[in-house]
Amino acid sequence: MNQELKELYQQVILDHNKSPRNFRKMENATQFAEGYNPLCGDHIDVYLFIEDGIVKDVSFKGEGCAISKASASMMTSILKGKTKEEAEKLFEKFHELVTGKLGDNPDVDELGKLAVFAGVQEFPVRVKCASLAWHTMMNALHGKDEKVVTE
Amino acid sequence: MNAEAEAAVAVSKNKYDVNKIREDFPILKKKVHGKNLVYLDNAATTQKPNYVIDKVNKYYTTMNANIHRGVHALSQEATEAFEGARIQIKQFINALGKNQIIFTRGTTEAINLVASSYGRANIKAGDEIIISHMEHHSNIVPWQLLCKEKNAKLRVIPINDNGELIYEEFEKLVNERTKFISIVYVSNSLGTVNDVKRVIKYAHLFNVPVLVDAAQAVNHIKVDVQDLDCDFLAFSGHKIYGPTGIGVLYGKVELLESMPPYQGGGDMISKVTFDETTFNELPHKFEAGTPDIAGAIGLGAAIEYVNKIGIENIKEHEHSLLEYATKQIADVPGLRIIGTAKEKTSVLSFVLKNIHPHDIGTFLDFEGVAIRTGHHCTQPLMQRYNIPATSRASFGMYNTKEEVDVLVNGLKKIIEVFG
Repeated sequence: MNQELKELYQQVILDHNKSPRNFRKMENATQFAEGYNPLCGDHIDVYLFIEDGIVKDVSFKGEGCAISKASASMMTSILKGKTKEEAEKLFEKFHELVTGKLGDNPDVDELGKLAVFAGVQEFPVRVKCASLAWHTMMNALHGKDEKVVTE
Repeated sequence: MNAEAEAAVAVSKNKYDVNKIREDFPILKKKVHGKNLVYLDNAATTQKPNYVIDKVNKYYTTMNANIHRGVHALSQEATEAFEGARIQIKQFINALGKNQIIFTRGTTEAINLVASSYGRANIKAGDEIIISHMEHHSNIVPWQLLCKEKNAKLRVIPINDNGELIYEEFEKLVNERTKFISIVYVSNSLGTVNDVKRVIKYAHLFNVPVLVDAAQAVNHIKVDVQDLDCDFLAFSGHKIYGPTGIGVLYGKVELLESMPPYQGGGDMISKVTFDETTFNELPHKFEAGTPDIAGAIGLGAAIEYVNKIGIENIKEHEHSLLEYATKQIADVPGLRIIGTAKEKTSVLSFVLKNIHPHDIGTFLDFEGVAIRTGHHCTQPLMQRYNIPATSRASFGMYNTKEEVDVLVNGLKKIIEVFG
């Protein structure tokens, strides 16, 4: 496989695509938002259970490409136990990562496993795929009712 | 270089020389990610032969001027070339008169013209307009807007699982409230060739006019407006190896005559005072403003080129590619073809188990293969099949069996990675 393509589809992304974590509807969610990418028809529902300002549980349902599914799956894994502020900060960092604003050597400590999405910056048309779950999560976090639409 | 002569050589005596044809299309020599370009996105737009590129270039380098009314030599030359293209198109679709050929920006604008002009003047509250489940958004939304404005109703002809119109259901939909039918000739997502002649014949029993969206038809099959007896027909230049930004609306004279103008402006008038304006005759009544002159000339050239190769030869070549591809792709595990109509053009839409079309599209791009992935502007059709998107390979006159092999091998590699 071509190197650029390998960077995009790293093994961990392929794994999360195949067996996404926290892939379920949450009946007792305190917050919920729906995200949609009209370009590819990708659709995602993000559920949050927040108590005392802390993300106690997070899950998602929906349909999408490997990038969007893996991104949603890894997002749910990393957000559990984080405060609202930490979640917001991670969103910002992640967004900077996939849009290429962090350069070639992203701060891995802060991003943790999310650093595998660095390859997305070489594929401008796929940035929306990687960030759909995150935008939707932000809307859920802020209790915004409107559907997230990325294109 | 004389591309006409080259094209003629390429198809001498039943011998379709695809390599010779490929020579006429400079872009096919391009490398993508270090691989030979395999362009299989022809249903989105086709590539342009030198013959078209040269004609457009020649217009700008030797005769650029605004058309009609100019008394100087350049304007007359440009007008002659522009109106010459109209005659090419008239002959190509076998229209009776060149005044029935209206230049538009494309199929979408042509449909909007009819919906806006004919539709607003004739559709009333309670009337019904019929389309089909396989329409492109461009043949859904203009009618939806019209129905909303007039409080009319949009009815939809259902399709079967193969992606064919259910004609019996269509006939049940037609009644005294039916005031217009707009139907796609060839589905861009499925490749289905509809029996539009049958639809038109039945509609005319009820005196209902029919518009045929021929965007995906003109480059694959011989389209004859008199034989079809359609009331309107629309197509785009860029899908038949011509430039983007130019398209055609054909209409029956009595209908076009009865319709109010679509846009107001220069060229569409006969006399203007502040009290009143009288409109120009057909087709100029519907061509306000300076048109895409180079585009029209390019479209005329594209039709000349297609005529030289022969639409029947193209159809035969593409059909053999479709048959070969359908057979080869059956070997790909977990692949399901969407659109299995008996009558098809060279469109191969498919879904691969558990692998999203966008991942397929990105992966194939690195093999040099350009296909389309997504809903193809036919979201209701995707809903019908309960899928968010498909991957679509569509073949043109210059594609080869070797290119089909590159596609199929690419798909097999994807399964290794994602499977």
